[in-house]
Amino acid sequence: MFKYFPHTTDDIQQMLGVIGVKSLDDLYAEIPEELKLHRQLDIPLQKSEIEVRNMIQGLAEKNCRLTCFAGSGVYDHYTPSLVPYLASRSEFSTSYTPYQAEISQGTLLYIFEYQTMMARLTGMDLSNASMYDGSTATAEAMMMCVSAAKKRNRVLISGTFNENILQVVRTYAKFHGVDLVEVPHKDGVMDQQVAKELIESDDVAGLIVVQPNRYGFIEDFTGLADFCHEHNTLLAINTVASALGVLKSPGEWGADIACGDAQSLGVPMGYGGPYIGYLCTRNTLVRKMPGRLVGATTDADGKRAFVLTMQAREQHIRREKATSNICTAQGFMCLYIACYLSLMGPTGLKQVNQQSYNAAHYMHDELIKSGKFAEVFPNKPFLNEFTLRYTGNDDIRSRMAEAGILFGVPTQDMDKCITIACTEKNTREQIESVINQL
Amino acid sequence: MNNVYYGKLIFELSKPGRIGYSLPSSDINGYCLGDLPESVIRKSQPDLPEADELTVARHYTNMSNNNFGVDTGFYPLGSCTMKYNPKVNEEMAALPGFNIHPSTPDAMAQGALELYDEVQKILSEIAGLSRFTLNPYAGAHGELTGLMVIRTYHMQRGDVARTKIIVPDSAHGTNPASAAVCGLQIVQVKSTADGTVDVEDLKPLLGPDIAGMMMTNPNTLGIFERKIPEIAQLIHECGGLMYYDGANLNPMLGVCRPGDMGFDVMHINLHKTFSTPHGGGGPGSGPVGVRAGLENCLPNPQVIRNEDGTYAITSGDNSLGRVSSWLGNYAIIIRAYAYLLSLGRENIAMAGKLSVLNANYIKECLRSHYNLPIDGLCKHEFVFDGLKEEYAGDHHSPNHITTLDVAKRLLDYGFHAPTIYFPLLFHEAMMIEPTETESKDTLDEFITVMKQIAEEAKTDPELLKTAPHSTPIRRLDDVKAVKEPRFVY
Repeated sequence: MFKYFPHTTDDIQQMLGVIGVKSLDDLYAEIPEELKLHRQLDIPLQKSEIEVRNMIQGLAEKNCRLTCFAGSGVYDHYTPSLVPYLASRSEFSTSYTPYQAEISQGTLLYIFEYQTMMARLTGMDLSNASMYDGSTATAEAMMMCVSAAKKRNRVLISGTFNENILQVVRTYAKFHGVDLVEVPHKDGVMDQQVAKELIESDDVAGLIVVQPNRYGFIEDFTGLADFCHEHNTLLAINTVASALGVLKSPGEWGADIACGDAQSLGVPMGYGGPYIGYLCTRNTLVRKMPGRLVGATTDADGKRAFVLTMQAREQHIRREKATSNICTAQGFMCLYIACYLSLMGPTGLKQVNQQSYNAAHYMHDELIKSGKFAEVFPNKPFLNEFTLRYTGNDDIRSRMAEAGILFGVPTQDMDKCITIACTEKNTREQIESVINQL
Repeated sequence: MNNVYYGKLIFELSKPGRIGYSLPSSDINGYCLGDLPESVIRKSQPDLPEADELTVARHYTNMSNNNFGVDTGFYPLGSCTMKYNPKVNEEMAALPGFNIHPSTPDAMAQGALELYDEVQKILSEIAGLSRFTLNPYAGAHGELTGLMVIRTYHMQRGDVARTKIIVPDSAHGTNPASAAVCGLQIVQVKSTADGTVDVEDLKPLLGPDIAGMMMTNPNTLGIFERKIPEIAQLIHECGGLMYYDGANLNPMLGVCRPGDMGFDVMHINLHKTFSTPHGGGGPGSGPVGVRAGLENCLPNPQVIRNEDGTYAITSGDNSLGRVSSWLGNYAIIIRAYAYLLSLGRENIAMAGKLSVLNANYIKECLRSHYNLPIDGLCKHEFVFDGLKEEYAGDHHSPNHITTLDVAKRLLDYGFHAPTIYFPLLFHEAMMIEPTETESKDTLDEFITVMKQIAEEAKTDPELLKTAPHSTPIRRLDDVKAVKEPRFVY
């Protein structure tokens, strides 16, 4: 007997009788004996619920929950209590891909809401029903560019992306056969001159840029979309989703594709996942879109209802000719985002950005004032993340960690530099405590 | 499930001036977003809903009442392993100690890294392989990662001509799609009349351009591929590697391991075999395991156990590269760990056996009414090829009852439908996977209803043609959704 198995001994006997075999092992009679294990698996012994809880609780307690001043694509924004509460409803969580629309309107509705919210935030025509994370969404954007361009195989990517995203895109490019060229940075932002010179050779399928970039700086893409379009190059912009509440949207910049991670919209940091990648585009590119799409239609009584649609793009219909191999994505996280944005609304999102901005700028100014930090790229605008050079000689991040503070992340390609992020959760007191311990 | 359609969108409940949040009054002043250059600022506020907290709570609660999950009722969706999702797993995944930033120094994330390594080790033993990465986010992502492992292995040996991958015609659609994303050409191998790979059709395909072969065993028909040792040997002899699509691993638990069958690389769907919730289409998790000798090819970052018993994150130079921002869908891995500990070595094999018992029981009870194209023992799932003609009517007639009609009628009786029209080998495919967590009582109810539907098909076909009748909405206009596309409100 085991709590997840409902079969009684009698049930099993009756069922074996119907099937016409004598034992459960006989159900595997056709498998050659030499392929069978013939022993118990060498895995832990079964645990009661109390023991499971104690063991995993013990592991959780081995982790240190540091006061977070780290970003690099993952931000410690506040999640309102209602969001995880609603998301715990098992009508949502224990369902699967809404193939049977008549009994899946809950899932389909929140995905449709999510698509609408992301399209509005990014200023694009439409959004798909999520990608795995921001890095794979960027890789899919790259493959979309190549697929849309037909005869072009070169994609440019800004070197100001976080290194982990660059590495993922490089991996996809290597295996998918995309000629991926990285555009170097100049003074902490992508060198647009270099990008433009490459685009002028009229063989570039797409350019992918990032906002804010790996140093936290806000880049200015004025005129970039027009330049790309004159040369039939698509422009994709990756933006931290929360920042879209105040920063110029990819649509406003004239982009063809918007992609990124929506973790910043109230998704817990959870040691790296699950997060949710978003991918939005213009109507003209919908047939190149990877992943699920939910659309509105009517039922037999004429009622408005929602359904998975445009499935002719997808792997289960098109197999190797599909726009992507993606199948299960992060559907459930759409519910997180839809609940979060419903609660925050435009003013809440703006306020989150304002408070994160305040905290980051205060931290930045105090660090400079301390004399222990120096600007690396002076006068660059930033939102809630910035990069400074530490002028001391000790390992300041380890020292801070000992004091319970996650003091930014080491800037990936620059010696002694730290990239620091703040959110609305960081108080003046926390920041002053950092300064006092410098 | 509530049969009254809710159907509202949050945008329709929005009213300017409402808010659903509270933030502390900022104690840091003197800074203003307006100080940013005008050229980088948004022109107008995004048009997001404005709602108070109760409006939002009620909205999503009402919406959930129009949704069907495993907790609602029987969900025999073939190839998806819709088993019960234990609730202690949810609590463990939500422990505050795991809600840390992924760049937390290794020394301060030892518990998280230990858990990752423990799951890695348990999966390796279950699979009969050497090492797993838990970074891939889903099954298809695992397939892609596994194929990247295979290509990396060949490329590192200078064997660059291996650009083709063999995929059976019964394979999941993700197999060829993942291969295409990975830059491989797909070579399809036929199935025999008994639904297994046709070895004679396979032989002429082999050569120095073959990178490997993708298979799932049992296959998508629920049939165990008995010739697997011979197939693996043929592929290995021609220099290729064997890839195991772990979507169908559940019946094999503790009985027969992919590594022992001759597979070199595989993925596991934690959201199928190891009970993590399917979440309406993710987040899942698709760990990838490899045979000894291929470990270096696994993606970065990698979690290792040092000799002193501490854990660390490293990156290897021979790795295929990176496929995820961090260490995968970490909270899903916690859930799978809780499940593996709960099952333990005593119960894990029983999960597989009972799933096979349930599938065979339904098959035997319903073969009198539905066409069973392949006889014999199935594993965790099986495929019917529609209703028998005596119930469905002449299949040339427009009133012929199709698999779609049966599926829709099932919804009226409070069951989720099986996977329909897959695999593509049969016109009226109906793929049924009950899983081990369903009782004989539930299966008996399902069997009774399936027989009743067969009778209805004979006596009142119109009832089926217009089904469902007691769901929140009726059958949808799929054509309209494509012809007049609307993806946003």
